[in-house]
Amino acid sequence: MAKKFIGERVRRNEDARLLTGQALFVDDIEIPGMLHAAFKRSDYAHARILSINVSAARDLPGVHAVYTAADMGEDWAPGPPLVSPPPSVKDVTFYSRRQAPLVKDVIRHAGETLAVVIAESRYIAEDAVDEILVEYDPLPVVSDLEKALSADSPLVHDDLESNLAAHLNQQKGDYESAKKQADVVIQRRFHLDRGAAVAMENRGIVAHWDEKAKQLTIWDTTQAPIPIRNGTASRLGLSENQVRVIAPFIGGAFGPKMMMFYPEEMLIPWVSVQLCRPIKWIEDRRENFYATTSEREQVHEVEIALTKDGHILGLKDDFLHDTGAFDPYGLTLPLNTQCHLMGPYNIPNFSSQCTAVFTNKPIVTPVRGAGRQQGIYIIERMLDISAAELSIDPTVIRKMNFIPPDAFPFNNTIVDQAFTPLILDSGNFVAVFEKAAEMIGYEKFVKEEQPRLRASGKHVGIALTPFIETTGVGPYEGARVQIETNGKVNVVTGYGTQGQGHFTMLAQIVSEQLGVAVQNVRVVTGDTAEFHWGTGTFASRGAVVMGNAVHAAASGVRKKVLKLASKVLSTPEEELELVDGVVRIADVPDRSISLGELSGLANPLRGAVDPGFEPGLESTDYFGPQSGTTASGCHGMILEVDPETMMVEIKRYVAVEDCGRVINPLIVEGQIHGGVSMGLGNAYYEKLQFDEDGQILNASLADYLIVTSREMPKKVETGHWETLSPLNQLGSKGVGEAGAIPVPALFAQALQNALFDHKFEILETPLSPNRLFELLQAS
Amino acid sequence: MDNLFNLSITVNGVLYERQVEPRLLLSDFLRHDLGLTGTHVGCEHGVCGACTIQFDSQPARSCLMFAVMAHGHRITTVEGLGTLEKLHPLQEAFKEEHGLQCGFCTPGFLTTLTSFLEENPDPTEEEIREAVSGNLCRCTGYQHIIGSVKLAAEKMRTN
Repeated sequence: MAKKFIGERVRRNEDARLLTGQALFVDDIEIPGMLHAAFKRSDYAHARILSINVSAARDLPGVHAVYTAADMGEDWAPGPPLVSPPPSVKDVTFYSRRQAPLVKDVIRHAGETLAVVIAESRYIAEDAVDEILVEYDPLPVVSDLEKALSADSPLVHDDLESNLAAHLNQQKGDYESAKKQADVVIQRRFHLDRGAAVAMENRGIVAHWDEKAKQLTIWDTTQAPIPIRNGTASRLGLSENQVRVIAPFIGGAFGPKMMMFYPEEMLIPWVSVQLCRPIKWIEDRRENFYATTSEREQVHEVEIALTKDGHILGLKDDFLHDTGAFDPYGLTLPLNTQCHLMGPYNIPNFSSQCTAVFTNKPIVTPVRGAGRQQGIYIIERMLDISAAELSIDPTVIRKMNFIPPDAFPFNNTIVDQAFTPLILDSGNFVAVFEKAAEMIGYEKFVKEEQPRLRASGKHVGIALTPFIETTGVGPYEGARVQIETNGKVNVVTGYGTQGQGHFTMLAQIVSEQLGVAVQNVRVVTGDTAEFHWGTGTFASRGAVVMGNAVHAAASGVRKKVLKLASKVLSTPEEELELVDGVVRIADVPDRSISLGELSGLANPLRGAVDPGFEPGLESTDYFGPQSGTTASGCHGMILEVDPETMMVEIKRYVAVEDCGRVINPLIVEGQIHGGVSMGLGNAYYEKLQFDEDGQILNASLADYLIVTSREMPKKVETGHWETLSPLNQLGSKGVGEAGAIPVPALFAQALQNALFDHKFEILETPLSPNRLFELLQAS
Repeated sequence: MDNLFNLSITVNGVLYERQVEPRLLLSDFLRHDLGLTGTHVGCEHGVCGACTIQFDSQPARSCLMFAVMAHGHRITTVEGLGTLEKLHPLQEAFKEEHGLQCGFCTPGFLTTLTSFLEENPDPTEEEIREAVSGNLCRCTGYQHIIGSVKLAAEKMRTN
């Protein structure tokens, strides 16, 4: 009987290297002759550069070069637009403005790069940065989203008429008619604010232009080595074949490392070509807050139309979205928000206008959740508020509005981030919700425990928050699988990895096809020299798109194995099986040949081959889904809050997840735990605080508080529900972001429930102990 | 280059003698002068704990120290805890319990925890949670890290 690998808690192939400090991260690269870069960054969020004087910096011993925008000459160019607006949405307004490698004239956010120093060491480079004198003409700062659109607001881009970056209108059905038929229309305004990804590893890049070989090698903490390679080749006038981008081990990414052509990414390779030396730049933590992207600020005006028994007739949400100083990432974030406003619910009428606004703040691009949190937060808050107003139990109002399990595929018609209609492919929202309710003991808690606790003066609340997550989007990924003559299997892809266990997850998929032990499958990720077709690791698409590409390639190898083994063993293919690294006849197990030997036979050193021959046991294949999959889930939490200190203690936490076929349950659990920890940070501890001058007030880990072991619940209890996606062979759906998505809404619900004796409404996120105190004082 | 200091320092049992600038951080010395890149730098302000090494057997932040402050002292980095051929029981436990994802914070946890387990061979879950509260991890949510330590404690007690 063939051993199963998919669905097993396989321990990770990559762990021994990481645990012993033997794994290569970008800052570990040392190349003889390597020089180090440090940046002069703007202290002002909005200013004109009157002059930059680098002469003292250039003269410092150990400094090899200092570059400003002027020094780049004709090579200076802003970054490319990464995502254009969806062609399928009518009446989209979009003004594309992108970041520059070095600022030429007007600074548009604090931290923008003004000059780069290249020196013998990072220490000398930073010394030299301090010698650079910049004369600024400060300009008024645009920091408030709503004020940014007023007629007299200063302009972030003065060649535009206003700070409008984009406008997008999506409709389903006829909201205005639905509103007329409603018994109840509830309106609220929500303010959502920024959080940062805070991966433990900051960004970095090493670029090595070898003048003799005319070859550029780049190590980059990017989630997208292939587009970086293609764009860099284009910018430098090189053939794509001359550029190799390697994303080695990366210390967490969570989205911002998917932003491409950051100023430093455009500049450092160029510098290497100028100086014909390897150049290293490693971001420090303070830079990371300014120079690496973040997201989440939006202001929503929401209206929900319901019947008096709680059925949703329609939803309207007009919102402002902060895109920061530039908008290279197009409308991905607001589209994700719009596509999650309807959540897992059957909402027949929907209207949403999104206005993206330029501000003098760092660029906004996806951070784990990528705009989905905001959509889920809004609908869940509105349902809680509606339930309270209609005196309906919050679980009942949700259950009556869920899309039923027999209604898939469910077409919400509006356009999503992949430019396709928002079609939910599969799911069972009721079952997932009920499972979470059962796991947390909802009924018993609400009927028995909570009244008892309340009577003793405790403020304990319970919450259940369902959600969907669109995942597994295209365009495509590819992989090459090869059986080597030593019997081990090689899998290569250009797809990167940042801790999600791809080295193991992808190996399991191959093992399933080829019957080889997972430890004997060697996976290479993120190296464009090995594989140069694909996009990147984002949007919870690894298991779906990469997984299915690997599955297809491995299946291709399996076919070749069976065909050749059938000849070698003189046995029909149907009677053969692949087990433990050999091909054998099912009932006669000692008639076998090892995969390694078979691989040798597949690559003859003498003799003729037949037409159509392909050497070896190797196959390359691709997977491109027609549309994205729909993962879903439900989190539950019991929370106690101290109404004097505002400190919270999470008593129970439950996370039920439907990510379709689970390839490795251990890895899925880890993704959920990690997502929940980020979600808790987003809910109660993390907020990027900007002042009205566009300065970040908490740009350090001492002030921007990410969750430690003390803030996490004792146990995140995970539960699983499986509805296989019909859109791919594996039936997988993706789970990378799911843990983070419902948490701010869950937290708000739990806090309101806990503080039942206070009259206040939570209409914002992130909260914090301070902010909760303010809200309670005001009530 | 004037005012170089003649540093003499033992790292993972090996004595090194190097000339260094007084302002060279211990983290940079270990990583770039000695090539021991297992110790990672996450913040350079002493908060995240990724750079934690053992200074005369006590966990300490290498990003907050100059290399010259370690003159005459013994440093243990993650490379000194175990090798690919022979993992420390704590490293084995991390692998068994999925206590790491990207692995960037992991060396700092390991050097903190081997020291903790030596002083506290039979810790409660609460004690473990407290012991790692000075190390930040953005990937795991800490649950499997704590599970790893429990397993490691068990392994180390029975050996």
